Amino acid sequence: MSRSTLRSVAVPLAAVILGLLIGALLIVSQGASPVTAYSSLIQGGLGDGDALLRTLQKATPLIFGGLAVAFAFKAGLFNIGGQGQLLVGAVFAAAVGFGVDGLPTFIHLPAALIAGALAGAIWGGIAGALKATTGAHEVIVTIMLNFVAGNLTDWLSANPWKDNSGNNIVARTPLVEDSATIPTLGAVPVGFLLAVITAIGCWMILERSTYGFEVRSVGQNRNAAHYAGIKVGWTMASTMAVAGTLAALGGAVESLGVDGRFEAGVNVGLGFEGITIALLARANPLGVIPAALLVGLMEAGASRMQFKAGVAPELIDVIQALILFFVAAPMIVRWLLRMRQGDSEQLRLGAGWGNS
Amino acid sequence: MKARQRQLLWIAVVLIVVLACSFYSANGPQTTAVLAGTVRAATLLTLGALCGMIGERSGVVNIGIEGQFLMSAFFAFTVTSITGSLFMGAMAGIATGLTMGWMLAAMAVGLKVDQIIAGTVLNIGALGLTSFFYDGSRSLGVGKYTNIDLGSLADLPLVGTVFFSRPPITYLTMVLLVVVHVALFRSVWGMRTRAIGEHPGAADTVGIDVLRLRYINVTLAGGFAGLGGSYLALEAVGTFSRGMSGGRGFLALAVMIFGRRSPFGAYAAALFFGFTTALQNHFQLNSVFDIPPQFVGMLPFVVTIIVVALSGLMGSMRDPAALGQTYEKG
Repeated sequence: MSRSTLRSVAVPLAAVILGLLIGALLIVSQGASPVTAYSSLIQGGLGDGDALLRTLQKATPLIFGGLAVAFAFKAGLFNIGGQGQLLVGAVFAAAVGFGVDGLPTFIHLPAALIAGALAGAIWGGIAGALKATTGAHEVIVTIMLNFVAGNLTDWLSANPWKDNSGNNIVARTPLVEDSATIPTLGAVPVGFLLAVITAIGCWMILERSTYGFEVRSVGQNRNAAHYAGIKVGWTMASTMAVAGTLAALGGAVESLGVDGRFEAGVNVGLGFEGITIALLARANPLGVIPAALLVGLMEAGASRMQFKAGVAPELIDVIQALILFFVAAPMIVRWLLRMRQGDSEQLRLGAGWGNS
Repeated sequence: MKARQRQLLWIAVVLIVVLACSFYSANGPQTTAVLAGTVRAATLLTLGALCGMIGERSGVVNIGIEGQFLMSAFFAFTVTSITGSLFMGAMAGIATGLTMGWMLAAMAVGLKVDQIIAGTVLNIGALGLTSFFYDGSRSLGVGKYTNIDLGSLADLPLVGTVFFSRPPITYLTMVLLVVVHVALFRSVWGMRTRAIGEHPGAADTVGIDVLRLRYINVTLAGGFAGLGGSYLALEAVGTFSRGMSGGRGFLALAVMIFGRRSPFGAYAAALFFGFTTALQNHFQLNSVFDIPPQFVGMLPFVVTIIVVALSGLMGSMRDPAALGQTYEKG
């Protein structure tokens, strides 16, 4: 391991440890034992095959959501629209999943995934296209589109695509066909593998392709990119469409591989966690995988921690915020580790905000 | 403001007054209800926008308004519940907002943490902490803030109910609008604040302590979000619930940008947004059209997207030049 790799791992690792230590203080303040709490947390996330499956299932949409934010960051765009993109992806994938039958799996499943992905591409693309053509701020537009998507998917799952079996009154779609269900290999959901492959694919595109170079150029300096002959508007619009596709795939995998259907209100909040994941990963597509696994593990183990140690599962959110803080403020961690500052350590995203 | 823009503004104002009067003569009670709902929905967004505006004018992005609302609402509620005093609760809310503002400043200005990350830390931290310490058995104990009639002004038709029979924090917000406007555009502090947001290097050269002023401004701005949190818990809802800010901290950002980072612009944007929200409630309650409620629910958001896109086309948006950048003394 080279020194720079070591350094890039040391800060997040120290941040995680500091986050858990302060979390332990909170646990003590509630009169519970941190040892019991954390050991049951880890057991609930890694203890057996079921626990591992839960962790990987929780990590999957987090990887997709993290990529959706990280990819847009590279072009200097802040995608807060992961929630809406995830919702439209989830509902359209479910619609193809239950609405068509008699197809073999190798056609039906990809078709359902593509339907979700396309919906997400459109949802993200709207924000990107408006940014490119009118200068409308992507932060405003993606936030508004989240609310629109919430209403739209509520309506779709309560009216045209409603599950009318039995006397169901919940806003949800029917179960997807077996031929559109994403299988699980032992304790490893195939959706998770798909997420990991997508993360590697994103890294390849961003770091090794002409398009990725254009995206990064636009992110670093829009004017310079323009003078270098890069179509800035097109790059921004397409980047948001890619980001939307990524978040939507997370929703599609939830519908087809975890819930077996779309149900209004089930995925709420999931899309926002992508922001945390991307920041933890410092907007590096490969870093998104361990970041999502860490948060996925904590979420998978939270209910066991509540059951065994009597600690409210919301502790997980507090620890996430603490870890994020320590990752973002490497000064503190470096001081603790007596490390010198590396060149690329500081993460800069806010600068992309100011040049709309 | 250019002459043409001023002309457009006056045309818009006259149009709104004429429309409001004609609707009022056609159906008084319902017009009053919709416009009162407009002012009600605008208060929280305005307070959030004032918070964001002071930060951004000084060059610091604040996407943590959502978290500031939530944490302040939590403490406003809890303190009122313990002391039985709405006033103490509101003060606690403001103090919490100031503390959250100070934390944002400490991270974004002091530790030079990326501003977007610093805001996200506030948002996640607030959601986690308030949910972790949430006590479902607690209640406000006293009634929430009620409307205060401003003497005979409240008896005026339409505007009486809409503007002069409001609860206290709504009045305070209207006063603060004027105060912030004067401070930003007519005072030395305001000129310095705008200078460090546009060109911190130049401001530094003439002797302004850029980092110190940003520190102070971001902390102070938190107080506005804190008042917003108090409004949410003590005036609008009368209780606390998990995640009760419900994305309105982000909406306030949209209102601020749409209002071109000026107090009256933001209030106009907030009123506009509040109007679409009130209209949506009105449509739903009275089933005016035979449209599914979800589509009516989309109205405020779709309208905002269209308006933001249109005003982008007209070229009225420009961010402070140094927005989002950490200042390193040269």
